[in-house]
Amino acid sequence: MNWDFIMKYLPLYRKAAVLTVKIGTAGILLSVVIGLVCVAVQYFKIPVIREITTAYIEISRNTPLLIQLFFIYYGLPKIGIRTNAAACGVAGLAFLGGSYMAEAFRSGIDAVETIQMESAYSLGLNRWQTLRYVVFPQALSISMPAFMANIIFLLKETSVFSAISLMDLMFTAKDLIGLYYQTTESLFLLVVFYLLILLPVSLVGSLVERRLRYAGFGT
Amino acid sequence: MSDPVLEIKHLVKRFGDQTVLKDITLTVEEGEVIVVVGPSGCGKSTLLRCINALEEIQGGEIRLKGAEVSKTSSNLAKIRQRIGMVFQSYELFPHLSVLDNIILAPTKVQKRSKEEAKEEALALLSRVGLREKADSFPRQLSGGQKQRVAIVRALCMHPEILLFDEVTAALDPEMVREVLDVILGLADQGKTMIIVTHEMQFARAVADRVIFLEEGVIKEEGSPDQFFEEPKTERAKEFLKTFTFERKRSRV
Ligand SMILES: Nc1ncnc2c1ncn2[C@@H]1O[C@H](COP(=O)(O)OP(=O)(O)OP(=O)(O)O)[C@@H](O)[C@H]1O
Ligand SMILES: [Mg+2]
Repeated sequence: MNWDFIMKYLPLYRKAAVLTVKIGTAGILLSVVIGLVCVAVQYFKIPVIREITTAYIEISRNTPLLIQLFFIYYGLPKIGIRTNAAACGVAGLAFLGGSYMAEAFRSGIDAVETIQMESAYSLGLNRWQTLRYVVFPQALSISMPAFMANIIFLLKETSVFSAISLMDLMFTAKDLIGLYYQTTESLFLLVVFYLLILLPVSLVGSLVERRLRYAGFGT
Repeated sequence: MSDPVLEIKHLVKRFGDQTVLKDITLTVEEGEVIVVVGPSGCGKSTLLRCINALEEIQGGEIRLKGAEVSKTSSNLAKIRQRIGMVFQSYELFPHLSVLDNIILAPTKVQKRSKEEAKEEALALLSRVGLREKADSFPRQLSGGQKQRVAIVRALCMHPEILLFDEVTAALDPEMVREVLDVILGLADQGKTMIIVTHEMQFARAVADRVIFLEEGVIKEEGSPDQFFEEPKTERAKEFLKTFTFERKRSRV
């Protein structure tokens, strides 16, 4: 292992890691918003928009992120929308993640029993209040494992960003391999940095899950 | 005499092509306690669910002090606030403490101040002997305690009528009493109630009027003494027999 090489390019990886985390975070936050909007539309059975969200979820879940990114990166300029690679990365990740988040939240909402809602209705809560105060808090903790898994999945998916020439971790590794043939060192750094990003997330995930289990709602 | 609290006229409820309630007509006066009994599947729960507009009805009408109760009405939530319902399975909200379960609707729906709602909730909890459980979560309570909290939660909305659907059916025998005592107390306070129960002793003690429902029709109604002592219909006699036990001895 060439440690000089590793030390030399460490800052480059650090920069790339920051970019990956930034785009990842922005994309994930947006996908949470999209996911929430989708489940709200489906919960309130809003006509037409509901069909659109269903179509979106199917398209988003059944196409690879790489292809979604190409559509955004090469397609948008064709219809006159100018954008940059970072924005495309965020948009692509959000497009993919939105459907995964929607499915996670939906399975949580489905798991809340109808009679819980009826109990809220019979106290005079309207549909919105029932969702906000009774269904959603329970659904959220039920969908927490799926939610955390989605975050890790989406962070891993960022590795295809290099395809639209975003200087993320993958791009940096490929670049260095191409330039210097230091394959082992480059890949070693790549793995280390991905682990540095993902392990803490994974740790937080299991902490949250354990807390939920202890504070569990079991009757 | 004041207007009746609840008026049900020619109520028809169908599930698909099964008619579960056929032409039910029932008037409940202020302060009256109605007990509904009948064999399993006769439509008791369905009747209560219709009164609370949890089910759409296919015929007739239900009025609460003149206001129409209907699942399709636009001020549905307003009407439901005025009707308290307690379910067999308590249905406390598991993510909220006892106190928050009780004050959720008063503060969010009736927009009462948190302090005032809390004060009343605690006073009601004291009355049912659960003052010290205010900060507990539902999972930390026994079935009987949960059911008493559910009753307090309904009471805190000051409903004009309370509906109880077999609220002791899921409880261990030793917890049944504590819940029934609370309901007896409410009857003494003059609350208007419709109670579905299989506890015949309790029914007799609490009722002003007993309704015997079978196959979706009111087969018989009367005062508790009359109904339990000398039921008029054969079906009611047979039904009441299922609650008594006799040993057929061949010799004395
Ligand atoms: N959501 C539903 N869909 C279809 N049929 C239903 C539904 N709810 C109730 N029923 C039917 O309506 C009939 C009356 O049911 P209901 O629950 O009102 O009976 P019940 O008198 O409360 O019985 P129990 O004493 O067992 O609680 C039953 O035949 C039941 O199968
Ligand atoms: Mg029932």
